[in-house]
Amino acid sequence: MAQVSHVADEQITSSTSPSNSITLRIARYNPEKDDSSKFMEFTISYKKWTTVLEAILDVKKYFDHSVAVRYSCRQATCGSCGMMINGKPRLTCFTKISELDSDVVTVEPMNNFPIIRDLAVKFERLFDSHHKIKPYLIRDDSEIPSETKEFLQSPEEVDQYLQFANCIKCGLCNSACPTMATDSSFVGPQALAQAYRYVADSRDKGKDSRLKIIDESHGIWRCHFAGSCSQVCPKGVDPAMGIQFLRGYLLGFRS
Amino acid sequence: MRESTIMKIHYGTALAAIALVAVHILMRLTMGFAESLEYQSVLANYKFIPYAAMLELILILLAVHGFNGLRVILLELKQGRIYEKSVSYGCVMAMIALIAYGSNTIIMTNMGLI
Repeated sequence: MAQVSHVADEQITSSTSPSNSITLRIARYNPEKDDSSKFMEFTISYKKWTTVLEAILDVKKYFDHSVAVRYSCRQATCGSCGMMINGKPRLTCFTKISELDSDVVTVEPMNNFPIIRDLAVKFERLFDSHHKIKPYLIRDDSEIPSETKEFLQSPEEVDQYLQFANCIKCGLCNSACPTMATDSSFVGPQALAQAYRYVADSRDKGKDSRLKIIDESHGIWRCHFAGSCSQVCPKGVDPAMGIQFLRGYLLGFRS
Repeated sequence: MRESTIMKIHYGTALAAIALVAVHILMRLTMGFAESLEYQSVLANYKFIPYAAMLELILILLAVHGFNGLRVILLELKQGRIYEKSVSYGCVMAMIALIAYGSNTIIMTNMGLI
């Protein structure tokens, strides 16, 4: 199905930048009706700052409002709009069409996630795994009032985990992970990176319980260090490195 | 057994096997390849106790490492409680059977029963 957009010119008031057009291919799939996914094609004009999410929303607004898509903040903070863009997991709100350097932009739902419909996927497995590793500070005196009412840390102690605290739970790392594709019980790079975030936090005293949770047959040892999780993270988190650090604890190289 | 303990064994057996197989290959290079595989030459190797002990050790190391590797691959291919238990126990049984068969060959030959 090919359709021509008259949209972008109406929407974008500035005319200082030249406008180009691309073919936007959107995967359509309704698990309740369809046997397999199919692609619908739309011709969309764009400016150099147009994001893939804006192009999808143009399609929804002017061509086919039934395209299912999840998004919220539009500024790479909420982690809602992860999708496969030209075969790579990316945030659609953080990916400009101009930087893809392609006349055809293919948008599909993230790999390794069950599809709700079209581009929207279920996050239950990611959130369950995240919850499983106890993503909060564990210490006996956390509820005891003190004069300072805070647990002081040196800048060096903060540096140990800070990049891992940037995780927005978008699921791109889990989508890129080859183990997630075959092992439906694997805890995943997102949860493992968050396990390291809390294990490395000097305020936390729950290291042993967390290491025990990830030290099982579908836990940390099923990571093959492909490193694709770190490649796709939009926030600069390096889950592969966190996983290696966690292995260091389990193998006795770190304490 | 904790998975970290299993993986420590996995990595340990790999490193030890590399060292011992290297010794094994060096020993084979002391003579020509065809000569090394001659029946009497093989029997002589098994009858030399330190070398037979090393072969036994290599057998155990490779069996443990190999069957644990197979277990890991099979666990990643498919999931399910019964399947996973079958794979784990099956790999342990196969490992024991292989070690028993190989040990039988080494010990019988060493004792001159073959």
